[in-house]
Amino acid sequence: MPNALGLERTDYKGATSTLCPGCGHDSISNQIISAAYDSDLPMWRVIKLSGIGCSSKTPAYFLKGSHGFNSVHGRMPSVATGATIANHDLIAIAVSGDGDTGSIGFGQFKHLIRRNVPMVYIVENNGVYGLTKGQFSATADEGQFLKYYGKNDLPPIDLCLEAIIGGATFVARSFSGDAKQVQTLLKAALSHRGTAVLDIISPCVTFNNSPDSTKSYPYGKENEIPLHEIELMAAGYVPAKQEITIPEYPAELVIEVEMHDGTFVRLKKLGEGHDPRNRADATTLLEKASRENLLLTGLIYYEEPRPTIGDTLSLTATPLARLEDSQLRPSREALDALMKQYM
Amino acid sequence: MAINVQPDVQTRWQRYQPGVNDFALMVATKNGSGSQTSNVVLIRSLFKMGIPVSGKNLFPSNIKGLPTWYTIRASKDGYTARRATTEVAVAFNQDTVTEDIANIPHGGVLIANKDLKYRVDRTDITVYEVPVKDIMSKGDFPKDFADRIANMVYVGVCCHLFGIPLDIAYEALLDQFNRKEKPARMNFSAIQLSYDWAKEYLEKRDSFHFEPMNKTQGKILIEGNDAAALGALFGGVSFVAWYPITPSTSLVDYILNHLNLRKDSDGKNTVAVVQAEDELAAVGMIIGAGWAGARSMTATSGPGISLMAEFTGLAYFAEVPAVIWDVTRMGPSTGLPTRTSQGDLLFLYTLSHGDTRHIVLLPGNAEECFEFGWKALDIAEQMQTPVFVMSDLDIGMNVWLSNPFQYPDTPINHGKTLNKEKLEAFLQEKGEWFRYRDYDADGVGYRTVPGTEHPRAAYFTRGTGHNDMAVYSERSEDWLQNMHRLRKKLDTARHVVPGPVVQMSSESGEAEAIGIISFGSNDPAVHEAVEHMAAEGITADYMRIRALPFSQQVWDFIEAHDRVYVIENNFDGQLCQILRMESPLSRSNLVSLTLGDTLPMTALWIHQQIVQHEEMR
Repeated sequence: MPNALGLERTDYKGATSTLCPGCGHDSISNQIISAAYDSDLPMWRVIKLSGIGCSSKTPAYFLKGSHGFNSVHGRMPSVATGATIANHDLIAIAVSGDGDTGSIGFGQFKHLIRRNVPMVYIVENNGVYGLTKGQFSATADEGQFLKYYGKNDLPPIDLCLEAIIGGATFVARSFSGDAKQVQTLLKAALSHRGTAVLDIISPCVTFNNSPDSTKSYPYGKENEIPLHEIELMAAGYVPAKQEITIPEYPAELVIEVEMHDGTFVRLKKLGEGHDPRNRADATTLLEKASRENLLLTGLIYYEEPRPTIGDTLSLTATPLARLEDSQLRPSREALDALMKQYM
Repeated sequence: MAINVQPDVQTRWQRYQPGVNDFALMVATKNGSGSQTSNVVLIRSLFKMGIPVSGKNLFPSNIKGLPTWYTIRASKDGYTARRATTEVAVAFNQDTVTEDIANIPHGGVLIANKDLKYRVDRTDITVYEVPVKDIMSKGDFPKDFADRIANMVYVGVCCHLFGIPLDIAYEALLDQFNRKEKPARMNFSAIQLSYDWAKEYLEKRDSFHFEPMNKTQGKILIEGNDAAALGALFGGVSFVAWYPITPSTSLVDYILNHLNLRKDSDGKNTVAVVQAEDELAAVGMIIGAGWAGARSMTATSGPGISLMAEFTGLAYFAEVPAVIWDVTRMGPSTGLPTRTSQGDLLFLYTLSHGDTRHIVLLPGNAEECFEFGWKALDIAEQMQTPVFVMSDLDIGMNVWLSNPFQYPDTPINHGKTLNKEKLEAFLQEKGEWFRYRDYDADGVGYRTVPGTEHPRAAYFTRGTGHNDMAVYSERSEDWLQNMHRLRKKLDTARHVVPGPVVQMSSESGEAEAIGIISFGSNDPAVHEAVEHMAAEGITADYMRIRALPFSQQVWDFIEAHDRVYVIENNFDGQLCQILRMESPLSRSNLVSLTLGDTLPMTALWIHQQIVQHEEMR
């Protein structure tokens, strides 16, 4: 069935994936395709960006109608920064991996968030280097064993925690085996004006898929603890009247978060519940998850976005990339007047 | 520690007789003491008197306290290169006063701050001692500024001794303080006090003197980095990302200073300036912006270029326009951050792993910093590739006497960029559009930018192997086809980049036996050396190369001469190496002459080197 733009879901596909059959990344690509199709995303306004690695290959596998840029290892954030400032009409979807973001690109990741570059930043996190055949990444479990590289003695970096500390205003964790949640979070992220970080555990079926790894399918299927049931309500939705804040909210409470574009994220509490609007709670939750090896998924942190880097630059309304030459070059008189000042 | 001044060169350079409007002044002070203002006031004053003048700031990598020297050269003949000899020494720094006195040439002048401890044993120089504290105590200066204003004492003394009218010095002060009268008057009162003191107590005993002339009429005084900033702004730069590094920092500072040139009717900016977290990010940002359709640039120096290598290779291979200014300093490594060099040429030309050849523009003065500033942005879009502009600390941070800048004589060039309508027309005409297909046999494809509202506009940009449809490919044929096209593109660039400037010695244009090739900031020194040598009967033709890759003109010049001296301010003779590497000529007649001593090139050195080589023949 065509969407509002008259496009079928297949129109949002890309080239055929060359990743290993069963790779978690492919299911994320599929959810990007579905989310874009459902959200009536105009592909010509979308840019797909990535660094280097298995995950970074995936932008070729979705949204063939969008410009893509497969850049250098770990430094896609700077490319995204330049591109989105050059044209603030663009919708940026970026895919990175745990090596790309957690190691070589760690600095750029933090600075991207600090600048609040408006984009969806997906980390396809599998705890392992795939293309170089199975080294530990910086998000691998402490004490984990891998075939060729033995024991991992170092503690993992928690990318969601780093994102929150860095000032991100939309931070979610998901599991590529939980297609519905991935898709809903993607849609919510697309409604966010600012850097939306999605750390998606995405198993590597070739190098890191034994059940004792927290980045494996068996582990995820068995242990994923969704924090909420998530629903996205289109703009114009009228939210529930009474809202009660923690700590005393009742068991059935529904939290509704209004996004920048007017859509609502409706979170129906599961288990102990978590209010993503509370930064201290979000970091406490992540520390607890890390301590107890819990795969908690869902919207972990959200706040009304700060100004984006573009907002702070006091730029003209027309995207810089579309300025007329007359706006790009000052007049002859301006040069003559200047030259007199130097005489 | 002392700067390399050569005390006894006059004897070797017979023709040179310092005197009226033809001598150099060396001011020795402590870094960060505010003396730069005084030095620029002296330069501006001479400029206003119509005397060709140049200044070279030989400063340390330090915020405050280390010795700094500033040389000011007046030349009635219009020579603006640094002079190794400075006849007049203003010794205002305790740490260097002894050496500064020792370095004064025979017949020279010492103006010493009498408050310092020093001894003058020399009888072959004229000595003026100035009691700075005493003079300053006669004025009423705010405590916070008194130390800085004390530097105006030597300005006042020089005004008296060498004949700079006080009203001109005041005008120069006004210029220096952006026409603000309060600071200008405060500083002027120190000049007036010391001028009056000198008039009463100093008897003129030397022969150096300034007289008004008319050789700076219609000219401007400007730093190269300022010129480059203006060039970029008039070239339509719309995105700047940078990370501060000496000596390129002031280039972006000047862009910020001149931002009023680029405001829309609501006072909003038509250019974004982003301070990146490092040079890796700065170059990534300009590549992202260039890819998205902005006219983008960064400015950096050697260490930043090293960091930008990988990304530059991506932009080269993915064919993304961007401009990178390299205001060079001494390397390798941190090197000497505040000293000049032409040592990045070879590195820039082939920057990145794999087979790469970049376009490198080589401005030789402030006027060309402006011209290449706007042209580089055009060439980057026209050739769809990163374009380097290699300036250096000497051009970038020193004040240059220049012709006023010419307004760009061609409209902004976006190259083969297809917007929605042009893409539609292209598809109608050709029945297809593939990003890297060489439709015009010039190696340059047609590009679209993101955000083009057309269902066929998208393509995938990558640093990985690709065919001409921008699709990932590991096929050898695709790889080679791409490399051949990139080489063809480089050949196209030979006709697009600024060609060399040739000065033939004979009026008929017939080649002399000796040719000289040089580039960049060496230009004033080469011109001066060529004229001095001609006066001694050694005639030479001179070609200044203004860009890489070379054009055929370069080989024609080399072939036409019996021997060609390649003069550079680096250690390895990098331009000469590139010439040798690429020369299609069967014989080798290039002689590499390299200075690379951390200071701006001098005519004397070139003259000595060539004469020496000619004598050895």
